[in-house]
Amino acid sequence: MPAIDISKAPQPAATNPEQIRNFCIIAHIDHGKSTLADRMLGITGVVEARNMRAQYLDRMDIERERGITIKSQAVRLPWKSGLDGKEYILNMIDTPGHVDFTYEVSRSLAACEGAILLVDCAQGIEAQTLANLYLAMENNLTVIPVLNKIDLPSAQPEKFAIELSKLVGCKPEDCLRVSGKSGIGVEELLDQIVAQIPAPKGNPDGPTRALIFDSVYDTYRGVVTYVRVFDGHLSPREQIQMFSTGVKHELLDIGVISPEPVSGKGLGVGEVGYLITGVKDVRQSRVGDTVTTFHKPALEALSGYKDPKPMVFSGLFPIDGDQYPLLRDALDKLQLNDAALVYEPENSAALGFGFRCGFLGLLHMEIVRERLEREFDLTLISTAPNVVYTVTTDTGQELIVTNPSEYPNGKVAQVREPIVKATILSPTDYIGTIMELCQQRRGALNGMDYLSEDRVEIRYTLPLAEIVFDFFDHLKSRTKGYASLDYEPIGEAEGDLVKVDILLQGETVDAFSSIVHRDKAYTYGVMMTSKLRELIPRQQFEVPIQAAIGAKIIARETIRAIRKDVLAKCYGGDISRKRKLLEKQKEGKKRMKMVGRVEVPQEAFIAALSTNADEESGKVKK
Amino acid sequence: MSQRLSFYIHIPYCAKRCGYCDFNTYTPSELKSGDLDTLSSAYIDSALKEIEMAAQVAGNAIVPTIFFGGGTPSLLPAAQLARIIDAIKSKFTLDKDIEITLEVNPDSVTQEFLDEIKSAGATRISMGMQSAVGSVLKVLDRTHNPESVGRAVSMVRAAGFKHVSVDLIYGSPGETMDDWRKSLEYALSLDIDHISAYALIVEKGTKLAAQINRGELTMPPDDQSADKYLLADQLFEAAGFNWYELSNWSKPGGQCRHNIAYWNGSFWWGVGAGAHSYLNGKRWWNVKHPSSYQEKISQGQSPELSHEILTPENLSDEFIMLQIRRREGVLHKQLSSAQIAKAEEFLSSGFLDSASWQDMRLVLSRDGRLIADKIVRELVL
Repeated sequence: MPAIDISKAPQPAATNPEQIRNFCIIAHIDHGKSTLADRMLGITGVVEARNMRAQYLDRMDIERERGITIKSQAVRLPWKSGLDGKEYILNMIDTPGHVDFTYEVSRSLAACEGAILLVDCAQGIEAQTLANLYLAMENNLTVIPVLNKIDLPSAQPEKFAIELSKLVGCKPEDCLRVSGKSGIGVEELLDQIVAQIPAPKGNPDGPTRALIFDSVYDTYRGVVTYVRVFDGHLSPREQIQMFSTGVKHELLDIGVISPEPVSGKGLGVGEVGYLITGVKDVRQSRVGDTVTTFHKPALEALSGYKDPKPMVFSGLFPIDGDQYPLLRDALDKLQLNDAALVYEPENSAALGFGFRCGFLGLLHMEIVRERLEREFDLTLISTAPNVVYTVTTDTGQELIVTNPSEYPNGKVAQVREPIVKATILSPTDYIGTIMELCQQRRGALNGMDYLSEDRVEIRYTLPLAEIVFDFFDHLKSRTKGYASLDYEPIGEAEGDLVKVDILLQGETVDAFSSIVHRDKAYTYGVMMTSKLRELIPRQQFEVPIQAAIGAKIIARETIRAIRKDVLAKCYGGDISRKRKLLEKQKEGKKRMKMVGRVEVPQEAFIAALSTNADEESGKVKK
Repeated sequence: MSQRLSFYIHIPYCAKRCGYCDFNTYTPSELKSGDLDTLSSAYIDSALKEIEMAAQVAGNAIVPTIFFGGGTPSLLPAAQLARIIDAIKSKFTLDKDIEITLEVNPDSVTQEFLDEIKSAGATRISMGMQSAVGSVLKVLDRTHNPESVGRAVSMVRAAGFKHVSVDLIYGSPGETMDDWRKSLEYALSLDIDHISAYALIVEKGTKLAAQINRGELTMPPDDQSADKYLLADQLFEAAGFNWYELSNWSKPGGQCRHNIAYWNGSFWWGVGAGAHSYLNGKRWWNVKHPSSYQEKISQGQSPELSHEILTPENLSDEFIMLQIRRREGVLHKQLSSAQIAKAEEFLSSGFLDSASWQDMRLVLSRDGRLIADKIVRELVL
């Protein structure tokens, strides 16, 4: 029986690094990472079968519902190797599985010596998994290729073993075959983790250095910080210091997760656990930062720390203006747990008071919005997402533009926009349509490699702005859902970009201004003006809707003045009916926004801001 | 001074239901009774009892107008309608200049009926003409022949009625501008002193609504109906019919005083199934079906289905809503300064009559009448 009674297993702060193995699981959404992790918890005995619930480690409801892991966590698993009969401690570090959280993934990887590359053998590897695999290989992690779901009828282990072996550089027969669901092969996998992944190395007597790879806000305990100790050790009640800020904290609690938190006597070299200092805001305990001790501080931080940098911005506005204070409170609360979320108040003439929010990417944006609506019961309207532009004016002034309405009105010498390196994995059937999509989105092909006979890796450089809108949806629909995408920011490039304003009766509607490539300005202008013509009710005067670049009008539609708005009959019983209608309209009036003299129903703004795949791709309906 | 109380008498029977109509009316086949005479005499019995109830509440009132609407009042024997007039005469004081209007169907009305009802006291006949164009009448599901209207008007005149009105409907599916002009010209060729012209409203649940939903018929664009209104107003005015309410034009002295009572906030009692009433700040309406109406009455109960008490805000909204539709318009002093400011925007865009505005009155211009509901919303919201 390879599981060890936890009370008899090697104890935290007293475990020889030789007995420790730190690993993570690299896998795509749906490829069974959480099920495998659950199975490991069961087999090693840290969770009794009766306490087991599906996806034990995913804490947020949204994570469990979407089947994805947003935040990582680390679990200490005692294990007696079936190969050498010795006792070991396996620290499983869970990693976020989405493109927006690449940096957090990289910090989780940096906390490990090895990684399990877990691939669903009915589907094959996906782009994000591949990207994370490359990241693991760059970090010199030992990679154990594992094919999951081998008990599925549609499993093709031979085919995907060849694919994995090519990527990892091993023989196809070196790929382990498991089923997280039934438990097949999981004990063998645990033994291989011990056999293949190197033990952590570090200087137990040197100044303490521990890497923060995750940081989570907990209502009762404040921020819980997850660390991996590289050198020295951490003890309870000790004064610690964050390297990036120099701020000093007292270690109120330190321990390991197994899989519930267990307070302990500290953490030594190679160990993974949590610490609590009483801080209330995750930004005081940032992922990637180095923890050291106050009495014997390290001179050098562990490498790789970066400030989270928002890449995508969008305005969030409450539909009901009265909810503005609630939205502010909700964002304040979310930020305690999300160091990457930034926001500042924004006042839109069209949408009222709200916040300009910055996100790591689209998924991050979606998650934040969904949490705001679900956990705080808000109803929100969001403006189309945009990226960060660096604009240089004719006078040589450089501006960082995160909101199209801040785009300078004068002459612009240069605009630079963020670009990304995108990797798309797809069945070879779809190469043509994918290339067409990428070309439309101003992509430059960097290369293409066949992973196997019928699967290909396509690499493009693309402006981030082209991806943040609806690229992923288009990619999925063009490839029947088979293609996967990963991207990574690689800097800025100059673009031929212009700001298109939408004017109603000569007044700019700030919510609709957009920074687009010059070639697409006309399409955007025609799309928005015709959409608005349909959505805005006729007024008692003619309302021109224009799209303009600066003072130049590039598209125009006209809402003709309303000529008839009267019910012909008004006798006995009609009078009450008509007055009641009037009273109803009084209520509706509250949801009207004024743009100059033009009355626009809020529904029109929402509809105009919601994306429609056909229209975005330039196929404007006539 | 005694209270004034108009009477509306609802006759909920038609020989056939027209495709666009959602009024509270029933055909003999719907009522599973072929004998309209028996049916109507029982209904009139109930109506007389409701008039008695009205007398208990407001017996000292002077009655300036009575209006028989429907349904098709002319479907009933004139003697039955005369019973109503007699009852009101016996329980109330009739104004010496009383107006008693009767809606008639040009197709089925007879000289004999008109003579009888004239001698019973009726003073005014209103006729559903709708259109002079056969294809339009067909879309409206009307059975009459366009020429029958001219014949009917002659009979009305022969019976000695001083006031005759026709109703027109414009904006039916398929109606061209030319069709409408024909209808207008035909109406103006008649010996009448009043015209009502209504844009067709597609009411939920009607046969017409179903035909439109199925795509068999298409409503013309609102802009075309606007043009039709303008044409009508132009031709009517040229022929000496002046507008006195949005959808009503008359020669001098030909205005319908009963309808004016609705618009100027006077009191009226609606007798019969589904009829609405207004008295002393309370509006109420009767149960809709003639049999439930008769049942209530026979049990000695009020036929009221429900009611509302108007708040001061309701009253001021209604005042503007109704008064703005009239030639008299609204006096500046009856508006708040915010409303005056709002109205000035409409004045500058040509939706208000500028001469009247000088005269401290808000009166809609021809274009303004077409967006009266919008202007009301702007003023009261």
